[in-house]
Amino acid sequence: MEKLTYSSGTMRKEAALKRRIARQEQKKRYRHLGLKRFYIALIFIFMYAPIVLLIIQSFNRSKSRGHWGGFTLKWYASLFTNAEILQAFVTTILLAVLSSLIAVILGTMACIAMDRMKKMDRQLMLGVTNIPMLNADIVTGVSFMLLFMTLRMELGFGTILLAHITFNIPYVILNVMPRYRELNPHIYEAALDLGATPARAFFKTVLPEIMPGILSGALMAFTMSLDDFIITHFTTGAGVDTLSTKIYAEVKLGIKPEMYALSAMIFVTVLVLLALVNRSQTAEARKAGD
Amino acid sequence: MNRTKHISRVLGLPYRLWAAVFIVVPLVMVIWYGLTDANGHATFANVAAIADPAHSKALLMSILLAAAATLVCLLLAYPLCMFLVETESHSNSFLTMLLIIPMWMNFLLRTYAWQSILEKTGILNTALTALGLHPLRLINTPGAIILGMVYNFLPFMVLPIYNSLEKIDPNVINAARDLGASSRQTFLKVTFPLSLPGVISGINLVFVPALTTFVITSLLGGGKILLIGNVIEQEFTLAYDWHLGSGLSLVLLIFIIISVVISTLTDKEEEA
Amino acid sequence: MKQREVRLAKAIKSRRLIRRKLKLKKELIRLKGVSKTYGDKTVLDDLDLTIHENEFVTLLGPSGCGKTTTLRMIAGFETPDQGSVWFDGKDITNLPPNQRQLNTVFQNYALFTHMNVADNIAFGLNIRKKEKSYIKDKVDYALKLVGLEGYGRRSVTNLSGGQQQRVAIARAIVNEPKVLLLDEPLAALDLKLRQDMQYELIRLKNELGITFIYVTHDQQEALTMSDTIVVMNQGYIQQMGSPEKIYNEPENAFVADFIGDSNLFPAVFLRDERIAIDGVEFACVDKGFGKNRPVDIVIRPEDVEITEPEKGTVTGVVTDLIFKGVHYEMCIDVNGREWVAHSTRPHAVDERVGITIDPFNIQVMNKPESEDEQAAELEA
Repeated sequence: MEKLTYSSGTMRKEAALKRRIARQEQKKRYRHLGLKRFYIALIFIFMYAPIVLLIIQSFNRSKSRGHWGGFTLKWYASLFTNAEILQAFVTTILLAVLSSLIAVILGTMACIAMDRMKKMDRQLMLGVTNIPMLNADIVTGVSFMLLFMTLRMELGFGTILLAHITFNIPYVILNVMPRYRELNPHIYEAALDLGATPARAFFKTVLPEIMPGILSGALMAFTMSLDDFIITHFTTGAGVDTLSTKIYAEVKLGIKPEMYALSAMIFVTVLVLLALVNRSQTAEARKAGD
Repeated sequence: MNRTKHISRVLGLPYRLWAAVFIVVPLVMVIWYGLTDANGHATFANVAAIADPAHSKALLMSILLAAAATLVCLLLAYPLCMFLVETESHSNSFLTMLLIIPMWMNFLLRTYAWQSILEKTGILNTALTALGLHPLRLINTPGAIILGMVYNFLPFMVLPIYNSLEKIDPNVINAARDLGASSRQTFLKVTFPLSLPGVISGINLVFVPALTTFVITSLLGGGKILLIGNVIEQEFTLAYDWHLGSGLSLVLLIFIIISVVISTLTDKEEEA
Repeated sequence: MKQREVRLAKAIKSRRLIRRKLKLKKELIRLKGVSKTYGDKTVLDDLDLTIHENEFVTLLGPSGCGKTTTLRMIAGFETPDQGSVWFDGKDITNLPPNQRQLNTVFQNYALFTHMNVADNIAFGLNIRKKEKSYIKDKVDYALKLVGLEGYGRRSVTNLSGGQQQRVAIARAIVNEPKVLLLDEPLAALDLKLRQDMQYELIRLKNELGITFIYVTHDQQEALTMSDTIVVMNQGYIQQMGSPEKIYNEPENAFVADFIGDSNLFPAVFLRDERIAIDGVEFACVDKGFGKNRPVDIVIRPEDVEITEPEKGTVTGVVTDLIFKGVHYEMCIDVNGREWVAHSTRPHAVDERVGITIDPFNIQVMNKPESEDEQAAELEA
């Protein structure tokens, strides 16, 4: 403020006015910031309200929704004696693990191959890869059903698995392709130059570089498989249920509270796992930063 | 050189086969079933069946509800993305929370939970009564279905719009201001046109699944409102008329192809 | 190459003549005690700067010196934490950028990719709701001015870097600003194109007769183009003056080191017109630094004269010889201190040579006083 010493009285007044305007400006900006944060929070509540509700429901003694009959853990206990739900859970997880694993292997191989294809060929392959993502799930599901029925395959675990692998591969390619393309091709050649066999060179140099893409692709594929209902609905057969198809069948009769308990457990487990991974990653990043 | 070509051919082969058998062939079969009758004779009747009043009403309803849901998604998502880009620091983790994490709770259950909120004696109406207001009829209305669509597909609108907004060089915005544009003019003439590819891709990603859903209708529509997705589903799982089901699916495919073509065209323009 | 240099020299000469004719220079922009901090990093500290009408001012310094922040403050994209910005006698500190009578050429051009070349250039005129025919004439004129006639309907994304640069310039000058701000506009271009554009910018400046404020970290660019160079470091102005003055009479070690290659040595100012480098006495022309005071001195490599060993004020051994095109660069070990000399005559490695210095070519500078300045120099 000593800077004002050269100024006349009027300038001093002007400066005071200016400061007041600036302060008002700042307030306005903060008010806007508050509004923006409020809006973001509203969307957040919109997305999470049903989830919170389901978790609360899993502790509700009353079977009917909307009535709070007191806190209980009995659904969590009876869950472990409900063979049907447990069976559906095992099927769901098995499907998610197997389909994302196979999709990762096929998808990564496809990325490496596509990178070396002629442009036309590659465009064609990428176009075909996009079909399951752009197509409506119901059409995809129906088309699988027609295929399997025509081939006289028995609908069940096998057919669901084939369908899940198919819609998972695009997510893997989507995540691995950019990583692979920005990879420095010379690291592979350097490994060969230093005497590694092609296979060894790949596993020692290329694979670690594209690993983040593979992991995020696998995570996405796993999530998609776990959350899928429509395609499973059209490719499943009698006696084979995933959690999704079981819930859909139960909707009309009322969903068993054990289902809420199981879903709440899955959700919280994943949330905790993600938080742990995130924390170790930030810790690592911080270490690397030092 | 020949050797690497050989390796790439071998590596690409499994996926080539897979894509042919599980992506291309099934689609061809939908087309084949859609254009033949039970005796294997070529016919256009299955596709023309869309003109049947029950079917065309379902299709019209689907288009209306999907369009409404898409519009609501756009109106909700665009400001959200702008605020997220502006308040930068946490937006990435917020996007994960918005997009990925809810998926770990089964989507049928999440949609079903809206029943508890919207139904006659549900949470919302209980709250309204407690406040001395009249309870509303919310469940089993088109509004409930639109809400279900918005809830399920909002993330697909957010992601592309966020990406396109985030890509805009802040200096381009500065340049518009520098050349005399007010903040409103800057938005209309620069920010919005530059985010248009994201908007179109978002519209595409929301409209197609909303148009073809049958799950949301059965969960929040109480079986009273039939969309084209419900009709097709019933043809396959209840009536076992694969030819008619495929014919109607072909009608959906036409809509999907149109929206995909529109979005690729705008994408091309962007590249050029 | 040769032709371009001649052209450049001519342009510079004519510009200097014009400047001399316009003796009456009116003050246009003034920064008063401007400070800015981001978090706990001070980017600008109590900066005062005056820019005159029709001046070509270059803000020069290493990255993070505050030069771009200064420019953005003048443009209106930043507001100072303290101090004020004045334009044409009015305080514009809190005026938003769209109401300021100046335009910016951004570092990476910041062109509107969803518009063609003509629409980009017409943007500002459209905002001001000028008449269609007026806009068309102005755009055509601007295209001609930057040498892009007939490019109006092209998409900006299909242009080369140099062409995009020209569009960015045309887009700014078409609005007839009183001041053109240029933020490292040539940084992304290759050497030859950069030299061409330097010439173009000087020509444009002469044609338009407006003030240019130019930000760069390239000292050669600054020396070639400017009327006035403002050397900045760590949020302070280190020195301000004509290119000749900055080059020949740097005020401190930072400026000397940043502008051109130099031999920058600690020395002792024995008495007026007499200094000692590593105990060897040299004649100089500076006075008034006191007696036996430690100072810094700078000697430009082209001013290091190599003689036979017995004729030199000091002698040393050539340790390195590099051919640089126009001249040779030699490193000479003089009692354990390395001197750099430029000469058209090479001396072989291990050859013993003598060195003499013309008193006029020794620039004596005060040692930095405050710890702040010292730190700044150490970092540089």
